[in-house]
Amino acid sequence: MIRNQLLICAGGACITSGEKSVKDVLVEELAKNGIQDEIQIIETGCMGACDLGPIVVVYPEGTFYQKVSVQNAGLIVSEHLVKGRTVAELLYHEPASAKKAQTSEEIPFYTRQVKRVLRNCGVIDPLSIEEFIARDGYFGLGKALEMGRDEIIKMVQDSGLRGRGGAGFPTGIKWKAAKEATGSPKYVVCNGDEGDPGAFMDRSVLEGDPHSVVEAMVIAGYAIGAATGYVYVRAEYPLAIERFDYALRKAREVGFLGHDILGSGFDFDIEIRIGAGAFVCGEETALLRSIEGKRGMPSLKPPFPAEAGLWGKPTLINNVETFANVAPILINGAEWFRSVGTLKSPGTKVFALAGKVQNTGLVEVPMGTTLRELIFDIGGGIPDGKKFKGAQTGGPSGGIITADYLDLPIDFDSVKEIGTIMGSGGLIVLDEDNCMVDVAKFYLEFTVDESCGKCTPCREGTRQMYRIMERICNGKGHDSDIEKLKSLGKVIQLTSLCGLGQTAPNPVLSTIRFFEDEYRAHIEDKRCPTHVCKRLLTYSINPDKCVGCTACARQCPVQVITGEVKKTHSIDVDKCIKCGLCYEVCRFGAICRE
Amino acid sequence: MMTEKLITTKIDGKDYQFPTGMTILDACKNSGHDIPTLCYLEGIAEEGSCGMCVVEVKKARTLQRACITRITDGMEITTDSPGIHEARKTNLELALAHHPLDCMTCDADGDCELEELAYRFSIKKSEFLVDREAFESPKETSWDTNPFIQFDPQKCVLCRRCVDACENQALVEAIGMAMRGSESVVSTPFNVPLEGTDCQFCAACVQACPVGALVEKPRIGRGKIFNLEKTETVCGYCGVGCNMTLYKDKKNDLVMARGIIDAMPNKGRLCVKGRYGFEYVNSTDRLTKPLIKENGKFREATWDEAIAYTATRLQEIKDKYGADAIGVLGSSRCTDEDNFAVQKFARAVIGTNNVDNCARLCHASTIAGLGKALGAAAATNPVDDIKNVDAMFVIGSNMTETHPVIAQFVKENKKKRGAKLIVCDPRRTDLAKVADIYIQHFPGSDVALLNGMMKVIVDKGLVNKEFIEAHTEGYEEFAKVVSKYDLDTVSRLTRVEKALIEEAAVAYASALNATIFYTMGITQHSVGTDNVLSIANLALVTGHIGREGNGINPLRGQANVQGACDMGALPDVYPGYQKVVDPAAREKFEKAWGVSLSDKPGLPVTEFGDAALSGHLKAMYSMGENPLMTEPDITHVRKGLEALEFLAVQEIFLSETAELADVIFPSAAAYEKEGTLTNTERRVQLLRPAREKPEDAKFDWEIVSLVATKMGYPMTYRNAAAVMDEVASLTPSYAGIHHWRLEKGGLQWPCPTDDHAGTRILHYGGTFKRPSGKALISPVDYIEAKELPDSEYPILLTTGRILYHYHSGQESRRVKVLDAFVPRNYVEVSKEDAEELHIEHGETVRVSTRRGSIEVETRISDKPMKGVVFISFHFREASANLLTNAALDPVAKIPEFKVAACKIEKI
Repeated sequence: MIRNQLLICAGGACITSGEKSVKDVLVEELAKNGIQDEIQIIETGCMGACDLGPIVVVYPEGTFYQKVSVQNAGLIVSEHLVKGRTVAELLYHEPASAKKAQTSEEIPFYTRQVKRVLRNCGVIDPLSIEEFIARDGYFGLGKALEMGRDEIIKMVQDSGLRGRGGAGFPTGIKWKAAKEATGSPKYVVCNGDEGDPGAFMDRSVLEGDPHSVVEAMVIAGYAIGAATGYVYVRAEYPLAIERFDYALRKAREVGFLGHDILGSGFDFDIEIRIGAGAFVCGEETALLRSIEGKRGMPSLKPPFPAEAGLWGKPTLINNVETFANVAPILINGAEWFRSVGTLKSPGTKVFALAGKVQNTGLVEVPMGTTLRELIFDIGGGIPDGKKFKGAQTGGPSGGIITADYLDLPIDFDSVKEIGTIMGSGGLIVLDEDNCMVDVAKFYLEFTVDESCGKCTPCREGTRQMYRIMERICNGKGHDSDIEKLKSLGKVIQLTSLCGLGQTAPNPVLSTIRFFEDEYRAHIEDKRCPTHVCKRLLTYSINPDKCVGCTACARQCPVQVITGEVKKTHSIDVDKCIKCGLCYEVCRFGAICRE
Repeated sequence: MMTEKLITTKIDGKDYQFPTGMTILDACKNSGHDIPTLCYLEGIAEEGSCGMCVVEVKKARTLQRACITRITDGMEITTDSPGIHEARKTNLELALAHHPLDCMTCDADGDCELEELAYRFSIKKSEFLVDREAFESPKETSWDTNPFIQFDPQKCVLCRRCVDACENQALVEAIGMAMRGSESVVSTPFNVPLEGTDCQFCAACVQACPVGALVEKPRIGRGKIFNLEKTETVCGYCGVGCNMTLYKDKKNDLVMARGIIDAMPNKGRLCVKGRYGFEYVNSTDRLTKPLIKENGKFREATWDEAIAYTATRLQEIKDKYGADAIGVLGSSRCTDEDNFAVQKFARAVIGTNNVDNCARLCHASTIAGLGKALGAAAATNPVDDIKNVDAMFVIGSNMTETHPVIAQFVKENKKKRGAKLIVCDPRRTDLAKVADIYIQHFPGSDVALLNGMMKVIVDKGLVNKEFIEAHTEGYEEFAKVVSKYDLDTVSRLTRVEKALIEEAAVAYASALNATIFYTMGITQHSVGTDNVLSIANLALVTGHIGREGNGINPLRGQANVQGACDMGALPDVYPGYQKVVDPAAREKFEKAWGVSLSDKPGLPVTEFGDAALSGHLKAMYSMGENPLMTEPDITHVRKGLEALEFLAVQEIFLSETAELADVIFPSAAAYEKEGTLTNTERRVQLLRPAREKPEDAKFDWEIVSLVATKMGYPMTYRNAAAVMDEVASLTPSYAGIHHWRLEKGGLQWPCPTDDHAGTRILHYGGTFKRPSGKALISPVDYIEAKELPDSEYPILLTTGRILYHYHSGQESRRVKVLDAFVPRNYVEVSKEDAEELHIEHGETVRVSTRRGSIEVETRISDKPMKGVVFISFHFREASANLLTNAALDPVAKIPEFKVAACKIEKI
């Protein structure tokens, strides 16, 4: 007889912070206390609050223990499970208050979220098809198989679901086009090549709720008349591949996949294709080439994949998060789906909160939520009382949303109007310490590396832009560089073959738009206002504050700090490599950084 | 009649109507709007990577690539504007940013599209030229260690035209892009040397390169394009007859070849021999003066002396022994005009039908077999028709090596249209490796295999009854014979699994459009004619003949095998296959030539040797033939030639046969000639001299004419065109063919009148040139090869050609890169046999038959089956024909080059 369940978050971040060892301790302690038969341990998918990991939730109470370690995990058994006393030291409290939260329902990070895509992540055992079914899993498929194909597509269309991979293309239109396309066989492809730095919602779904994608793909296959599906997952996601593969086998065993699904006479199966980690393979035409075994390079659209995709055949390709939305729509209807979100972007969106924000992790909110709610209410604000400077959305293809737009309801269309894109949901928060030139350079370097190399503007153009950014950050910028970045950026946007190149200049152009003065400071004054660009810094020692402790001189890796004990030290500026070690070790604030 | 739907597109403010599906680039070209391109190569590279052709399309978010964007109804296009100009110029500068500006020493200078664009956009120096150090120390590349192709990654602008050419023209995918982004580089898989890939060195990549990044190695430093003189002509190697442009330098040396894009049949493609093989004409070994042998040694002579000497000797022998004591050889490597002249010389001047050519050794069985079955002995469908075929049945044809460009079209049809490829070959050839169905049957078991397939077709009711009824005769007799070939028997005879035979039969018979391709694996047998008849049967019972995508295509080995036969360089027929025994035909030629002609068919070349040894043949006149390399059992041939009283030879080099001659006339090589070659698809094409012949050399038809005239029969043609006019006047199938008509491209015979466009497909609609108008289905029984392995000679030897060499090696072995790449002969042995014989890869072994023995290098290969070895016949140092069996097909008199029993010994 099971009296309690321990849910342990086995998302990627929690595993990294020691979830496996914590679980071992729990198992051991349960046995030690002889209650192993009364307590069930379940490893779930990602619970979202990644910086609180490893997380253990005790049911039926729902007690939410955070930052559990090998040292204190035993307390959950000895105190909570044996003695019935909550382990107060493992409970979460808001940084600003001392009030401890007993359950996740008392944690603002969770209370403001609306979990549709992540409905099962962190709740069920991803390896258990039974638990998935218990949460209405495969009910959507059952319903779909009783519906007409056009009816299914109409429902998806009516829901207003838009592609969560970034571009926000209406999903129903894709389905309709794929169904109506002539050509056989047809294919269903799931794009799990999540490449934006910082984004990991697709991984979490594949790891935490793989059946939700399987179910949606079977529904899609039925709706468009396909018999084969491919899930394209990057090789960097081994756990997702493992769990998805397990889910496929289970689904086949039970009869949700394979021959004559649920006795409907409909056959459909799914294969996993592992990507080799090229960012461009997230672009759908490149992804399809990669599945074909060819070099992942984009091609011109039209023809769209729905007309001529995989091996030239009609192909429906949707992103993981998009698919995860499908079954609930079939169960609850289009109106239900539209009940949250905005008119043109209904439903929810999962964001990966990262950067200078108190609570990092995955959050799912209705479309139209403001940046302020996301960053301050859910994210807990900027650490250390620093000032919010901007948020980068859409990864290397996106741009900056500045403080002026904190109250803008975020959806596909509103962000476009302010020069960025929704992207797949990566949201990097930047504070006053971030140099916007440096941030733009970071993203540009990413696209320079990840350009497939096919078309000249993207391959050569981004590299030339990067060179200009590099010289600006090195204090060698020319007065004409801003204009040059703008004109070259425009040509790259206008003449690149695919979305990767067409959006690659966005971070630079967007930061120029909002922070041109920072660029000017780098170029004209050879100064980095946020002290990030090392080459632009000068370190010196304030003789009034220096006590001659020799700490800096001893740390200096190139030994250019001289001075006798208890006398003022000095730095040879010409030889200084600007590593900043002296600045960090000085306890007297004597090192000046300009 | 179908009316094409037209759509309206506005270009630069003006409305135009175009058919749907056109690209913006084509629409602009058609309406006279100029758009710059760099990465675009029509039909080959259409990827839109360079960004040079961008145009504005109203309402489009970005600029659109003209080369890959299709026009739509109501589309509004602007082809130039300051914004477009800026975008194009920026992209060009980006491409130039990493391109070294060493145009002065670049072989592509003057032929470089990047240079031309830089000129047009007046870019002296790229604005982005910031990374000079990147090309001051050249990037190393390790995959171009071969003698053929050099790659300079510094000059590469990553347009991918080479990659696309390799993928879409050469169909081998030997090169591709490696790395990503700005690290991208053209490379082989894992950067292995090119020779370790499937590369066939056709250098389509080189021809596609818009800059000087890819160059043929022998071309380096041989002159810039504007200092070379170009001539459009036809390749002189195999029977495909590729159209090519040859470039000559100021020293009269040929230095470069380019396939002509808009010409049939090759559409711009060449193979390694076409691309590099012209070099032999520049050789210092060329014969330049007539030579007369005195006391066993050659001395130079004047033309007058040599002609007079030859005329006198031939006349003496004719007077003493009769005209039939003289044999004359035409050549499949000479022009139609040369062959017409030489057979006329034999018939009208010497007075004998003892005239033949080396087609005897390759396609005599085709002439006999297809002539009997279909009434015409030629390929039925053009190369361009391959794209209409759904099932390609290739038997006994190693076409990737022997007819590389046709193999490219076959592979293209498989790749682009998904056509089924069925290959039957005792050797697992490169084509077999990519086949859908591959049958590795035992050498010489072709009739059994084909009969087995046809029994399946009959039993499964896959015969085309309507076709058989309406267009054939002889089916009943045939069906009786075929019924004996049950799959168990056939499987035993061919050593092929029953299921595979059945699969191939069904695939061929049930395809909507099916075509057969065969080469010497079918013809060079003592049952060659039977083999060809069986092939005809297969096509006839299934009705796969006489329309697009359906036919029988024997692939002709040498440039003019078809033409030499068409011209009557055969012992039994006048030009156009008019029989010497037919009084009406004879009368026609007698009247035209003003002499009486012999009604007795002459000897085939394969019987010349025996005739000489028995004293019946006393003299031989050879135009460009080299029987001492190319005939079977050449020890025997040598004895025959040595027994002759007189041997005259027209040659470009001192060949093995020429060494035995009493007189040698120096002649012009193919690339120096004006005249015609008739290719494997019956296309008569114009050769144009791409260089001056050696000063004292003469054209082959001219030499023959001089001897004839000296012998008292004036043959005074003004030029080769005049010879062709006489051909036209006497040969119905060539009646409409004249040089002036061929200026704009070849004509396929039959071409009966001056305004006839030629004939694409023979037997169209099932009409056959036989008395009944119907084709003949013949009963053919399997007969095994004449010499099969036994305990003394336990291994089966089969011979043939390789990609890098040609014929007796006279030409290809004088091409430095070809000879450097494959410098010596080798025997291809299976791994199992090598193990049994305890021989290793690279080891020199002795291969012997009952007729002779040679020493060759061992190559362990996955091509031959166990118990079978392969040797090519191109190498004089180890001549395969010392080993081959002179057993002849009783009808076609073709020798059994493909089967002999041999043994292999360690040395």
